[in-house]
Amino acid sequence: MNADSDPIIQIENLSKHYGKLQVLRGVELNVYPGEVVCIIGPSGSGKSTLLRCVNHLEKPDGGVVRLQGETVGVRESRGSLVELTPAELARQRVDIGMVFQSFNLFGHMTVLENIIEAPIQVLGTSRSKAQEHAMQLLEWVRLEGKENTYPRQLSGGQQQRAAIARALAMRPKVMLFDEPTSALDPETVGEVLSIMRRLANEGLTMMVVTHEIDFAREVADRVVFMDGGAIVEMGTPAEVLDRPKEDRTRQFLSRILKSNSAAQS
Amino acid sequence: MRTKETSEKEPGRGPLTTQLQLATSPSIKAVKAARNGRSTLSTVAGWAIRIFVVIVILEVISKFVSAEAMRWDVVGSYLFSPKVLSGVGLTLFLTVVAMVLGSVIGLLLALMKISNSLLLNVAADGYIWLFRGTPLLVQLLFWYNLASFLPKLTMGVPFGPQLLEFDTNTVVTAMMAAMLGLGLNEGAYMSEIFRAGIQSVDHGQTEAAAALGMSRRNAMRRIVLPQAMRVIVPPTGNQVISMLKGTSLVSIVAISELLYTVQVIYARTFETIPLLVVACIWYLFLTTVLSIGQHYIERYYSKGVNRNVPDSYLTKFKKVFGLGGRQPFATKEIAH
Repeated sequence: MNADSDPIIQIENLSKHYGKLQVLRGVELNVYPGEVVCIIGPSGSGKSTLLRCVNHLEKPDGGVVRLQGETVGVRESRGSLVELTPAELARQRVDIGMVFQSFNLFGHMTVLENIIEAPIQVLGTSRSKAQEHAMQLLEWVRLEGKENTYPRQLSGGQQQRAAIARALAMRPKVMLFDEPTSALDPETVGEVLSIMRRLANEGLTMMVVTHEIDFAREVADRVVFMDGGAIVEMGTPAEVLDRPKEDRTRQFLSRILKSNSAAQS
Repeated sequence: MRTKETSEKEPGRGPLTTQLQLATSPSIKAVKAARNGRSTLSTVAGWAIRIFVVIVILEVISKFVSAEAMRWDVVGSYLFSPKVLSGVGLTLFLTVVAMVLGSVIGLLLALMKISNSLLLNVAADGYIWLFRGTPLLVQLLFWYNLASFLPKLTMGVPFGPQLLEFDTNTVVTAMMAAMLGLGLNEGAYMSEIFRAGIQSVDHGQTEAAAALGMSRRNAMRRIVLPQAMRVIVPPTGNQVISMLKGTSLVSIVAISELLYTVQVIYARTFETIPLLVVACIWYLFLTTVLSIGQHYIERYYSKGVNRNVPDSYLTKFKKVFGLGGRQPFATKEIAH
């Protein structure tokens, strides 16, 4: 990545409570254009919450997220932060694609309808243009011929690839992946990861919350290890995954590797 | 008994183990015999029930056909008489108007109830509490007699100057009272149906729509409501049928819908039962048509979901008589 270019996402001192439970404690993170950042950590470490704060699906209690310098979901007004109107927030979200753990495809629409819905409705694209783009995307995620299928008739891996196509149809500047392979059968994980690998090669900026250590090692520019609502360690995959400095990172990685090898044997 | 034999041979085994053994035992003949023994008893009971049901049905029919007061010629002469037909028309009209009004109010109330505003929550709950907690008949009488409580209907600032003024009796006619009474009451019930439907849609759908930059209104209209319809339609079908019959209550305010029409006729001719049968035939005909329509609407909204579609009567008949493409699998097994 370019050290001299400005970060596309700036996460500044982000904190979030659920009641008494503090899930984020002053998280600071910059993501640069074209960079792939993988966030790993035990469940409950706040990694999904962090990702959901980036497109304001979760409202942080403190701190801000900036997309290309512009605060997401809030506006600075006379020294304090004011929530944006739903319409303003919706406009910001167009630039931030999101892929969910449970796909969340619209169940009453075919794959094609799923993909063209938002471009037509939100961007005002014509139906024929949207369909043309959707067919290209479907080919790109290797789902050609599935355009008239309903999500329920697809395998998990196919659904997740359709969901990726749906997010890409908005031509986002950043893509967020919230454990995109955690709900999948083991044999379909690979097909989703290979699509994500190709996206990374295309130079798309990506934030990926994942348990796939091998994917992180291979694709990530930077790996962030979170625990207890804070970033414990961050660096290149080699630094964090192969020579972790912190005990907690080492413990987590050894647990993950142990369970992976147990699954393989 | 086979079970006893086995357990005598192996005293250490409990009844469950012997049963499990039975299932895997190679002597299928014995198992079949035991199964047949059981099924003989249930077959006898089954047939007894069937015969009893048939007798009861025939008895009811014979009473209706042969009773003195049951003048089928009178039924026939009034069934399609212009007065009765216009009564049927008005019943249908009231049903449609009240259901449309009820659905609009119901949707608004449901959206108010799931909104984040405490004021809207309380207002919606208050409405539902009031209209669901008082009898429909009382509400109809209330609207009908509104003029005695509010002689003038005014619009303007509460406790302040009034801008528009109407004479209550000219605005709230008997017809208006009937439509208001039925519609406002229906709104309270429909709101619960809409709310349950909206909340049955996974929250992930709303999140996905939001993440794509859709407005909340469009997410509700394009994503949530169409999927909620699968849950909303079946109870709404019930509400329509119940409303169709409920319109008979407005006969109390002298609206010449179906029931009031036949009441007026039999008050003159004293052919009470035949005319009530005329009304019943029409109510039954209309509810039957509505049920068939409901089946097709349910099927439409279940697209993308391959379950929860009830069989139509046609498919049920085909299954019972072994017609149609798919054979009941019991016959298949015997054939092999």
